[in-house]
Amino acid sequence: MTEVLNFPPPPAADVRSLRADVRAFLRDALSGRRPRDRARTWTGFDAEFSRELGRRGWIGMTWPKRYGGHERSALERYVVLEEMLAAGAPVAAHWISDRQSGPLLLKFGTEAQRTAILPRIAAGECFFCIGMSEPDVGSDLAAVRTRAVPVEGGFRINGTKLWTTYGHRSHYMILFCRTGSQEERQAGTSQFLIDLATPGISVRPVTDLSGESHFNEVVFTDVFVPSSALIGRLGGGWDQVMGELAFERSGPERFLSSFVLLPELLRSLGPEASERARIAAGRLVAHLVTLRRMSRSVAGLLERGENPALQAAVVKDLGAVFEQELPEIVRGLTSTEADLAAADDLASTLAHLVLNAPSFSLRGGTREILRGIIARGLGLR
Amino acid sequence: MIEDLADRLFAEIAISGAPGWPPGGAGASESWGRLAELGLPLALVPEEAGGPGLDLVEALELVRAAGRHALALPLAETMLANHILAEAGLPVAPGAATILCGGPQDQVSLRRAGSGWTLAGRAFRVPWASVAETLVVVAPGEAGPCVARLEAGAFTVEPGRNLAGEPRDAVLFDTELRAEQVRPAGRAGGPDVVRRRGAALRSLALAGALERVLALTVAYAGERSQFGKPIGRFQAVQQSLAEMAGHVAAGAAAAGGAAEAFAGADLLPIAAAKVRTGEAAGRAAAIAHQVHGAIGFTQEHILHRFTGRLWSWRDEFGDEAEWSLALGTQAVEAGPDGLWPLVTAA
Repeated sequence: MTEVLNFPPPPAADVRSLRADVRAFLRDALSGRRPRDRARTWTGFDAEFSRELGRRGWIGMTWPKRYGGHERSALERYVVLEEMLAAGAPVAAHWISDRQSGPLLLKFGTEAQRTAILPRIAAGECFFCIGMSEPDVGSDLAAVRTRAVPVEGGFRINGTKLWTTYGHRSHYMILFCRTGSQEERQAGTSQFLIDLATPGISVRPVTDLSGESHFNEVVFTDVFVPSSALIGRLGGGWDQVMGELAFERSGPERFLSSFVLLPELLRSLGPEASERARIAAGRLVAHLVTLRRMSRSVAGLLERGENPALQAAVVKDLGAVFEQELPEIVRGLTSTEADLAAADDLASTLAHLVLNAPSFSLRGGTREILRGIIARGLGLR
Repeated sequence: MIEDLADRLFAEIAISGAPGWPPGGAGASESWGRLAELGLPLALVPEEAGGPGLDLVEALELVRAAGRHALALPLAETMLANHILAEAGLPVAPGAATILCGGPQDQVSLRRAGSGWTLAGRAFRVPWASVAETLVVVAPGEAGPCVARLEAGAFTVEPGRNLAGEPRDAVLFDTELRAEQVRPAGRAGGPDVVRRRGAALRSLALAGALERVLALTVAYAGERSQFGKPIGRFQAVQQSLAEMAGHVAAGAAAAGGAAEAFAGADLLPIAAAKVRTGEAAGRAAAIAHQVHGAIGFTQEHILHRFTGRLWSWRDEFGDEAEWSLALGTQAVEAGPDGLWPLVTAA
């Protein structure tokens, strides 16, 4: 049970000059970008922006230099991530490859996969999407039905992946699929490195409720991949994908999705903000300060080579509550009518977040799944 | 290390039934003697002032441990009182001591009178004043805040209690003090700084009590069977306990931030910790009682010793609204462009 509460003090290091560099860069690069567009943060896709970050050494920061990385600390990487998110930088293009695909390849990939892919990711030139969910497989990931069948020289893949964010603009997918029988569940799964230009792959956009289409359905029809596309061990997919999810759940993007709204609230309240508004805003600051401490603590655990999957679930669960209540609280303080087309920044940012908030406790593991993981950590299941 | 030692000692005191339940009752002085023998009341005092010279963050873990065991003794208050006395260059207290909370209704006036001082005032909800041998009063002075050291007899007490039954007394004083009983506060700071440090202590105590309430509730959910299985096997109960664990983890982490900020009495991490642990207290107590059912709502069950403290401590040294207002005011002053730099400076 104590593991659930194990959030050691975050690592201490002087990151002031790095932070100042990142802030100065973002001030220029994002000047003129409206708050409602900033509110997209890690769902905002801008390939040229990602390439610029690659040039500055801000992707693959902790990876070995021989794979194009920069051998910086986890805390330094954390500083870059949180500055990007707080400023609302469009980081979606490289976000998944930097966060989970690259680290997965670094850990389980073959030398050939690493040398071919990692330097391109670090340069901000190679983008990944996630290949986990399917039409009938969401939270119950062990029920995946997309199947890779061994054939001469490789595998033939058939099936459908769904909710594949930026599948239409990515170069690769890490595919989690079945290589054994359906009854084997976890034990019969593997992961593959899929070049999305391979014949037989079709990508169809799915429009979300706000009218945007950044996620997709990706259909595999008799897709041939060579044996060299296998990542890690045949049948080892489950353990690998769980490790991948620890990366996916632990970062500052799990509580900063609505952050852009908080400065807009202060702008709207002005220096004469009422006591009621100050109390509400101050409470949000208290939550933010605490979540940030917990999240940096997880970054420290990751750096020490520990597996903070449980703590990551705690931070993501609390983070989603915070991200979802922030727009509701702002509504209550400002009486602003949410309007996507409004010239008013608060109204349009609020509209974007109201429409996107439901996804905060779905993507990357639903609230119920996370709380199930926490309950298991408490020894209840 | 000191935390493990304290955990064992506080657990023994709790098991022996001697912490004085109700607080301040029989056995309290014997238990206090055991803490004093180990020098725990001096844990925040530097070596040159007669303390153990512990790292402050480590020493503050004593307060978390005391919360974990619902220790019904004025340990945190005496630690803070001695810290203030030492910072001001006054002798530490020989026994139990306490400080004013610096609440909005407290009134304190300190004036020069010949070679000494006149100190007058009234203060409310002073923790453990009825058993304290020394009362530390931090007063705004003409040339900056001063610390005054009062012995029992120099102040009168109107007893009161918090929801956990701990003494929270009104205190009245109007007394002449010798020159050497009053010193410039120095690093001990003014009443506002004392209130911050008090809030940091309560955050840690809350974090300790929260931990224990979670442990009690998880254990109970594993023992209590209904419909042929332990209630902890039901998903509805599991989801509640997971939510509670999140609050407890957040409270624990926030309190860690307050401990690091104690030395400098930094507003942001301390205020954030008091707000977050206070909010966690309300939510965790509610879930704990829901899971415990009727038995948890009795005097005979141990749960109320902890939830009673959660409900009291969240109000003491400033509640969530007071500290949220302080944070919100800082945020408003920082403005839209200064908010993120403010948050990342913590």
